Amino acid sequence: MKGLAVIVGRDLRLALRQSADAWLAVLFFVLTAALFPFGIGPEPNLLRLIAPGVIWVVALLAVLLSLERLFLADYEDGSLEQLLLSPLPLELAILGKVAAHWLTTGLPLIAAAPLLAVLFNMDLTGLGVLLLAMLLGTPVLSLIGAVGAALTLGARRGGVLIPLLVLPLYVPALIFGVGATEAALADLSARPNLLFLGALLLVMLLVTPLAAAAALRQALE
Amino acid sequence: MTQSAKAQFEGRDLLCRRGGRDVFAGLSYSLPSGGALLLTGANGTGKSSLLRLMAGLLRPAAGEILWAGRSITEDPEGHAARLHYLGHLDAVKPVLSAAENLRFWASLRGRTADVGAALDHFALGGLADLPGRLLSAGQRRRLALSRLLASPAELWLLDEPSVGLDHASVGKLAEAIAAHRAKGGRVVVATHTALDLPDAEPLSLDALAPPPLPELVW
Repeated sequence: MKGLAVIVGRDLRLALRQSADAWLAVLFFVLTAALFPFGIGPEPNLLRLIAPGVIWVVALLAVLLSLERLFLADYEDGSLEQLLLSPLPLELAILGKVAAHWLTTGLPLIAAAPLLAVLFNMDLTGLGVLLLAMLLGTPVLSLIGAVGAALTLGARRGGVLIPLLVLPLYVPALIFGVGATEAALADLSARPNLLFLGALLLVMLLVTPLAAAAALRQALE
Repeated sequence: MTQSAKAQFEGRDLLCRRGGRDVFAGLSYSLPSGGALLLTGANGTGKSSLLRLMAGLLRPAAGEILWAGRSITEDPEGHAARLHYLGHLDAVKPVLSAAENLRFWASLRGRTADVGAALDHFALGGLADLPGRLLSAGQRRRLALSRLLASPAELWLLDEPSVGLDHASVGKLAEAIAAHRAKGGRVVVATHTALDLPDAEPLSLDALAPPPLPELVW
């Protein structure tokens, strides 16, 4: 457990010292979503209708932007080799890196979401459910993305492959995330959708460390 | 250390295959406590591959590597805990200071580490607060070497440790290796440059390359 905290602390420190990377995802999220009202026209009801879908799709793409650097820097400078040869199980080290990735990418997106809710004329209950769904959904995006990032590590120009691998796997999180928010906006219960998001999170918490560790070992052979 | 002092670190009849090509075959070695193994051979004879096999990063295509009679694949984390591997890459983060870089790797090994003394040994004490990106190639190499001293490990696997080092630092490295061996530690070094290793056992990989395929006769 101490080793896990050491990894999270180090990755957070690295992210803070190179904060441009973290800002990139948030700025992309806000700016891209803000383009929709310009492109579609400022019709309040229409914006309210498309808001959940747009916000989720843009959040997903913002996370995607940040995935390549998850393991690549460590791979290129030899840190990954050393991590693999540390007494800490690689699976735990991966969980630590994913946790740090979520704290520096997913959490800022959640913090920026209220701004978009205002832009899209979303009411307070809708915003509340959106934030809750993102709290459950964005860690899933980081976890699935970590498997994709680990799998493409050895490949040349692996960064191009990540979206192809990861985007189809993001579809369930997208469906339930949008479903929860839309249900809330239609005065229905968001609970079933949120439960599905929670279940996805639990499954990926188990699958990601195992799958990503196998992929990283392969990449370092 | 009484238990592990008797433990043998040995490889039996190792076959290494990279990219479908046999690099070396029928390699055996045995390294007792306090011993040193000096790997020599031309480029491409598999010195780095052998070190990666010993670290457990690679699996041998045939044969096995044993620690105290047990295969290292049975307990990879336990094997990792007893070794330091120094590859071609220095694993130095450009935005962390030298001391932060070293402290991270030492604390990952879970022991209270003497980061200051390790830096001092390789004359990096004055550079402790300098970020990694400002270090020269030789200084980064010295920082990687100070990992060996910051947290204890019984087995050192060093791949070209003296690349980029100045004369004084090579002496410091030999000193560190000698102290490590005096405490019962083992070391395996692959190097082309002269490194002062008293009574190290040489292991030449030149003779172990598999015979070339018979030439096609038309």
